[in-house]
Amino acid sequence: MSATGIGAAVRRKEDHRFVTGKGHYTDDINRPGQAYAYFIRSPHAHATITSIDSKAAAAMPGVLAVLTGAELAADKIGNLICGWMIHSKDGSPMKMAPHPALASGKACHVGDPVAVVIAETLGQARDAAEKVKVDYAVLPAVADPVAAQKKGAPQIHEVAPHNTIYQWHIGDHKAVDAAFKSAKHVTRLDIVNNRLVPNAMEPRAAIAEYDAGSGHLTLWNTSQNPHVARLVIAAFVGMAPEHKLRVIAPDVGGGFGSKIFIYPEEVVALWAARRLGRPVKWVSDRSEAFVTDAHGRDHHTHAEMAFDADGKILALRAKTIANLGGYMSTFSSAIPTYMYAPLLSGQYSIPQIYSEVDAVYTNTVPVDAYRGAGRPEATFVVERLIEVAARELGVDPAELRRRNFIKTFPHQTPVIMAYDAGDYNASLKKAMELADCKGFSKRKRDAARHGKLRGMGFSAYIEACGIAPSQAVGSLGGGVGLWESAEVRVNPTGSVEVLTGSHSHGQGHETTFAQLVSDRLGIPIDNVSIVHGDTDKVQFGMGTYGSRSGAVGMSAIVKALDKIEAKAKKVAAYVLEAAESDIEFKDGKFSVAGTDKSAAWGDIALNAYIAHKFSGQELEPGLKEGAFYDPTNFTFPSGVHICEVEVDPDTGNTEIVAWTAVDDFGVVINPMIVEGQVHGGIAQGVGQALCEGAVYDKDGQLVTGSFMDYAMPRADYLPPIKVDTTMTKCPSNPLGIKGCGEAGAIAAPAAVINAITDAIGTEALAMPATPAAVWAALQKARKAAPHAA
Amino acid sequence: MAAVSLAVNGKPVTVDVDPRTLLVQLLREHLRLTGTHVGCDTSQCGACVVHVNGKAVKSCTVLALQLDGANVLTIEGLAAPDGPLHPMQEAFRENHGLQCGFCTPGMIMTAVDIVRRKGRDLDDRTIRDELEGNLCRCTGYHNIVKAIAAGAHAMHAGKASKAAE
Repeated sequence: MSATGIGAAVRRKEDHRFVTGKGHYTDDINRPGQAYAYFIRSPHAHATITSIDSKAAAAMPGVLAVLTGAELAADKIGNLICGWMIHSKDGSPMKMAPHPALASGKACHVGDPVAVVIAETLGQARDAAEKVKVDYAVLPAVADPVAAQKKGAPQIHEVAPHNTIYQWHIGDHKAVDAAFKSAKHVTRLDIVNNRLVPNAMEPRAAIAEYDAGSGHLTLWNTSQNPHVARLVIAAFVGMAPEHKLRVIAPDVGGGFGSKIFIYPEEVVALWAARRLGRPVKWVSDRSEAFVTDAHGRDHHTHAEMAFDADGKILALRAKTIANLGGYMSTFSSAIPTYMYAPLLSGQYSIPQIYSEVDAVYTNTVPVDAYRGAGRPEATFVVERLIEVAARELGVDPAELRRRNFIKTFPHQTPVIMAYDAGDYNASLKKAMELADCKGFSKRKRDAARHGKLRGMGFSAYIEACGIAPSQAVGSLGGGVGLWESAEVRVNPTGSVEVLTGSHSHGQGHETTFAQLVSDRLGIPIDNVSIVHGDTDKVQFGMGTYGSRSGAVGMSAIVKALDKIEAKAKKVAAYVLEAAESDIEFKDGKFSVAGTDKSAAWGDIALNAYIAHKFSGQELEPGLKEGAFYDPTNFTFPSGVHICEVEVDPDTGNTEIVAWTAVDDFGVVINPMIVEGQVHGGIAQGVGQALCEGAVYDKDGQLVTGSFMDYAMPRADYLPPIKVDTTMTKCPSNPLGIKGCGEAGAIAAPAAVINAITDAIGTEALAMPATPAAVWAALQKARKAAPHAA
Repeated sequence: MAAVSLAVNGKPVTVDVDPRTLLVQLLREHLRLTGTHVGCDTSQCGACVVHVNGKAVKSCTVLALQLDGANVLTIEGLAAPDGPLHPMQEAFRENHGLQCGFCTPGMIMTAVDIVRRKGRDLDDRTIRDELEGNLCRCTGYHNIVKAIAAGAHAMHAGKASKAAE
């Protein structure tokens, strides 16, 4: 392994600019003559907009325009769309309601944009916004997805009776019912997977600029997938033809899914810039982010797992109601269906699975993918069921898992997925050693001596990453292909630019992708630049989410590098005056087999461009190759996390005292970066388990609308984390990569809740397990069983 | 509009500002020092931390006009341009204490202030408690804590070697 090649903990190339304050985030960019947008948003969860009077506002100093949904419709700006078609079990298509970028006629959630003020300065726009008079007729609202389906609930969109978008299912209902009938033991759980606010530290932002001469529009935005944004804004919103719209996503300060989607504000910025002939800038403030960035999770599930007399799982069934909010966000329909139910097999051999999912509208912010996206919800269901079952059956939770692990591969689950490789027992064994499970009972006794309840919880998760084979995606209703593209441009001096359709917003692609090139071409990592996030530079790409940049994005680079090597060998054959078949390439050097004749990488690169050694009829000059890589399967990262907690029974406060993570990510390009991804994922999962939760009151007001009210995990919430790996190579991509971005967030919630419930001796505990919730659960359990410990 | 005169990263500046202008707006919009970030509107996240007269301050909580005559140090002024990184910047880089980089300038400015107040030997608990006012969504704080412990040592080692010269 070279110092900068695959497997090396190379320090990140991007860090120098970030630690010196020289990054270029969207809000750091300013365009000459730019004006500022400020949105007027509905303060009501559900209301008819009866009138908008903007006369006084329009007369305020610096105001350039006040625009509403009426002008948007008059200018024929199209609606935002959800790009994944889900059919209900009766065969009917999902009920997608129109989603205009500015509310038309009525507002469907607090924060729904109703009008926008464009002014010379942000202060002037804010001042004028206060003078815009919007009259609302307030309608009854519903925020709870279970209540939204009930008779008499407020009807949010005409197209969706009972607010139901689809009633989807997967699996063999009859076979599952039969398995349950023959079961020796059934474990049942009601689970609410709490609603989360993604809260990337950089708020969303957009700057739009119109060139009246060429008719070109440019959008700088905080996107995880600028090409997808361009496609949707061109083809569906109809803002501009695709070839006259450039989308640039520069440095992006975290995404976690929330920056995948196409949002109203960027559409409005483009539209306003074209109408006014001025660049228009919009930057979300945090309060605005809470009521506009797509939220995550919000599942209400009843789940059951059936066992035979030997503790082998016979079947699993789950009924889930998923809250999709006031409108269908870009990929919202796929998250509680294909990103969720196919993972309900976990790491276990489960002969039969049946899952029903109802997706519903409510008067809340739209819900879409958030780190893990469906897979954390599935893992929580499976890992809570098996842990509770172990306790009910009086079997050691590790042993019950072991007994049911899938041991041979490939393994076809009853719900689509064909797991290709893994060794689940290896991760469990290593994690149990690292966590010193043998010493747990002593630690529990020690904790009891100082008045604390100590508990240990496991989470053996699986995820489907590296999304995804385009044909499979299409057959399941996806409106896009999920391949990735790469172009490798070798310069005459031998330095290399890689243009990738992946997008880095914290993942460190400028380093890891350069490691791949350095490894393959034998050139210093500093001679490699990674170019991403600009639709004028990179031809097309599907962006970064679902832990796909390594498995899919880097595989595309590998394919392009294969072509580069083949072409460079042809050039080398002319330069070295040898047969092409005799040219060998190793460690950055071309040599003729069996001779001492050789040429350096840089010589061949130069010769490819000066083209003195071959004629144009024999070989094209230049050294530049592109590739599209379409995966043949999902990848299946897996692992075991073990959490140990101490609960103070007097206050209900939970302290996480130890965390062990052993993950199988396949081949690791940069272990330092992978560990960082695991740390961050765990923090978000711990946040979900212990403190985070978006709370709506009965009128649909978001009670947790700022960092003062929504508890983000802070440094003192988290323990030092022990991270290790096991490795089975992913057989479906050339590098053997599985992906690591979401693992922590998927594994962590179940590990925490399994640990706390182990400590307090009751399963009736919902997330977030705040001190108040834990204390209440303890009191309730003690009342029910007053003589128990 | 009103004029305010202060020193930013050692350079004297006089700027005419709208009286409601916050220090962070003065830095970002008037002086184009965009390394100082805004991550919230309730003074919770700490992405905007700078040093005012040697102490860490959330620049979203101070009006620019309050700072007449003050010395402000931002992330851009922590190390000499084109010189080596400040030991704390280097420690964040070396320990992978950042991912998306957005909270990083505030984290580093806070970290330098922690060392000023608490010295070179910082245990895990102290660092975690002292980071109460800084949010990071990417790293899980693990490597930030490691970076600050290492940076604290490096800052003191730097001082010691200067004293020896």
